[in-house]
Amino acid sequence: MAASTLATLSTTHRDTFSRGWLRKLVCHLVAIGGLVFCGMATSTEATVDPTEAPIFRLADQCPPSFSLSEDNRCLLRNLYQLYNSLGDHGVGGLKTALPTHRDGFTPQQIDLGRLLFFDPLLSADNSISCASCHDPDKGFGDGLGRSVGIHGQRNQRSAPSLWNSAFLKDFFWDARAHSLEEQALSPLFSPIEMGNNPQQLITSLKAVDAYPTLFEQAFSETGGLSLDNLAIALAAFQSSLISLNSRYDQYAHGNADALNQQEIEGLNIFRSFVARCSQCHMPPLFTNQQIAVIGTPEPQDMTRDIGAEKTFASAKLRGGFKVPSLRNIAETAPYMHSGRFATLREVAEFYNGGRGHAVPEDEQLLLHWHISEPDLTSSELDRLVDFMRTLSDSSLRPDIPRAVPSGLKTLNPKTLNLKTLNLKTNKNSRRES
Amino acid sequence: MINRAKTLAIVIALAAFIGGWQLGHNLDNPAQITSSVGGASYSGGFQADGNELVHGALPPRSADAIGQTLIVNPGDSIQAAVEVAKPGDTIRVMPGIYTETVYIDKDDIHLVGVIQAGERATLDGLGKLNDAILYSGNNILIENFKITRYKGNGIMSQAGNNFEIRNNLVIDTGIYGIFPQLGSNGLIEHNVVSGIADAAIYVGMSDNIHVAHNEVFDSVAGIEIENSRHAIVENNYTHHNTGGILAFITPGLPIKTTYDVIIRNNFILDNNTPNFGAPGSTVSGIPAGTGILVMAADDVIIEGNIIVNNKVAGILINDHANASGLTLDPDADPNPDRVMILDNVMQNNGYDTIDEVRAFALTELHTGDIDIFQIGPTEGSCIINRHRYHHVGIGDFADCDFTNTDNIHSYLLAGGAKPRVIEPSERGEIAYLGVCTGCHAYAGRLIGPAVEEIQARYAGNPEGIVSYINAPFKIRADYPEMPAQNYLDAETQLAVARYMLTVKN
Repeated sequence: MAASTLATLSTTHRDTFSRGWLRKLVCHLVAIGGLVFCGMATSTEATVDPTEAPIFRLADQCPPSFSLSEDNRCLLRNLYQLYNSLGDHGVGGLKTALPTHRDGFTPQQIDLGRLLFFDPLLSADNSISCASCHDPDKGFGDGLGRSVGIHGQRNQRSAPSLWNSAFLKDFFWDARAHSLEEQALSPLFSPIEMGNNPQQLITSLKAVDAYPTLFEQAFSETGGLSLDNLAIALAAFQSSLISLNSRYDQYAHGNADALNQQEIEGLNIFRSFVARCSQCHMPPLFTNQQIAVIGTPEPQDMTRDIGAEKTFASAKLRGGFKVPSLRNIAETAPYMHSGRFATLREVAEFYNGGRGHAVPEDEQLLLHWHISEPDLTSSELDRLVDFMRTLSDSSLRPDIPRAVPSGLKTLNPKTLNLKTLNLKTNKNSRRES
Repeated sequence: MINRAKTLAIVIALAAFIGGWQLGHNLDNPAQITSSVGGASYSGGFQADGNELVHGALPPRSADAIGQTLIVNPGDSIQAAVEVAKPGDTIRVMPGIYTETVYIDKDDIHLVGVIQAGERATLDGLGKLNDAILYSGNNILIENFKITRYKGNGIMSQAGNNFEIRNNLVIDTGIYGIFPQLGSNGLIEHNVVSGIADAAIYVGMSDNIHVAHNEVFDSVAGIEIENSRHAIVENNYTHHNTGGILAFITPGLPIKTTYDVIIRNNFILDNNTPNFGAPGSTVSGIPAGTGILVMAADDVIIEGNIIVNNKVAGILINDHANASGLTLDPDADPNPDRVMILDNVMQNNGYDTIDEVRAFALTELHTGDIDIFQIGPTEGSCIINRHRYHHVGIGDFADCDFTNTDNIHSYLLAGGAKPRVIEPSERGEIAYLGVCTGCHAYAGRLIGPAVEEIQARYAGNPEGIVSYINAPFKIRADYPEMPAQNYLDAETQLAVARYMLTVKN
């Protein structure tokens, strides 16, 4: 098992090396990588001898697509900045500006956030990191439908993709948080997600040699290591996850050949008023950031999730969820808030199935007005799937750190999920000894 | 029975009048007769170009911007012509039947049907195709077509600015006849639209729109101004719809407001068609027999319309709380404020109204016809010559301090909505960071070669980079070939090439 894990990790790292926006950092970490791999060979991969802890240095350059300002802040640049949007709302058609976004974090904050994001130290039992449910290899989701927290606890909702979360104004499926920072802290302290508490988290971060120093580097003027700064660093990293160079984007900017005929046909169905997809999944972000009650069924073993009814204390929003962006949607199966649908084709079939067809008799939902009876043909459903697949772009995928300051293994989430679901006896192997 | 009730109501109304007169109240004083001829004009509204005579919404094509004229004959594909057309071109479609979806994802295309002795270029969706014409480009003209039997929309735009949709016949075509969305500065005129299951003309989330001289009938909603601002709806003939003209805020949309709407000089007649909107659609809640509906919209002026034979009410004004089936949206203001009703000709409205309206009217001891019905909170609303109408719920309306909108010609933008102005240096940085850095690092190989190497190769020669990115060829055997970047316009290409030669890390 350890050997195959090692092989997987090595491959992953070779692949991500070539991406390399943090090439400078990676160079500093080559020695650490050696340590980690040596450790793995002797089955003590979860620990790095603290006396030999390497010195981590945070990146001093921004990720690609960001411009470094004179006051050391990373400012996003993308082709949609060449356009306007009506009332600056960031919704429209092909050549429309995006919604306002979060940027302006320093390279150091973004890079510290990256280390934290991949560090299992953030969970109560050091078993999972943010990346366990937001895996860069799975569109920053986890492929599970319903995510799994510490002790193998199954959650009620699927891990949303983090791509382009810099452009969102509300967070979580039920829109209960309103900033990346607010969002970042919630899973850390949820007993069914990472299960930590503020005191233990800060104590364990302080106990790692590198973190106080790294926090000092990233937050020299605002107090170094603190919960607030942890949230900012995670927000900074998430704000750097930009996916705006899909083939669809090339088409939008004017390359008529970027999509083939079937995909363009799919685009036209997508934006037609028969299917009405684009009325909620509005370009260019492919979400209008509203709540919609669409009446999807839950998995068979789950009772109805009331969703935004709780957030807004209104039965009108019972079963309502935030409209997700469709960018990189092909990478994040299964679909909907609880993963009921395995494929995009199934999702398209749901919308074509008729208004309320999956709502139980005894359930009262105020379905969204665009949930209708589009009566699309089978081939039109295929074309919709073709089009949604053109929204994929992972070219700015960040590097997975080869090591994190805690010395814990940067988990390969694929392996983690497999173990969590199928090999419950193996839980202790991921704990720091 | 009815006569007795009417008599009773009149007696009570008279008593109320006398009581008011005796107390010196002026709220419902029929002696307040205001002439709308030559009185004060509205001083609010969109100011930028309101006083300027703007003709049309398309920016004039300068002599060097006029392109070719492409002719499409029956048997040819209109879309094929669109694909070869360049900005500035005009596509002329000869009379005949065309069964296709035409989409225009480029700017400044004029798509013009040719009418010969009444025979039109006809887009026929055969009940199978979704939409007739979709466009996302700016400066688009759609003119002189006949469109029929599509499932979705006749003409739909998403985020196109500066458009004119003129002289089209849209018949029995799906959900919306003409549907511009998320655009600024558009003119919709001289269209005849009928048999539409939602709105015949639907202006959604748009700014600076002019809807004039259209005939809309046999549809659920005639003309709908939804979550839009600075719109004028004038000189239209809307008849035999479920509702004639609507101005409202639908909650749950990303753009939350409707304000600054003028509805004037329209014929709004016999809008009593049973509602055949899709279950759950916003318009499915419109009671059959509504002349004008104002829901939650602000700064709506209703002036000079002839509103006759609408059985629920001539003008129905309500807030979100008094509408059914709407979602919750804390970010949308639910109340219609500053509704301004100037002189209108109203006859025989509200003669067979719905129970909810009748019940509320009874709370004011009103029975019989209803020209104007208002329910729910409203602030700053006003009316002139209220004594002319059968009205309910406007006791709080003040007398307007103006009588006409004569000084507002149009809310269209002189010269059109302007594109975003980006300095060349900024343009270069945006394109470099937004596109190039996905594959090129400053130093070292990423997917493509290092920028350092590119700088060495093209030092002082940005044109060389421009030439390369338009038609890339393989330079390094062990690197993948670069995809062409010819979709960037010439200005952006040169800007990015220059920028690339100056970056230092």
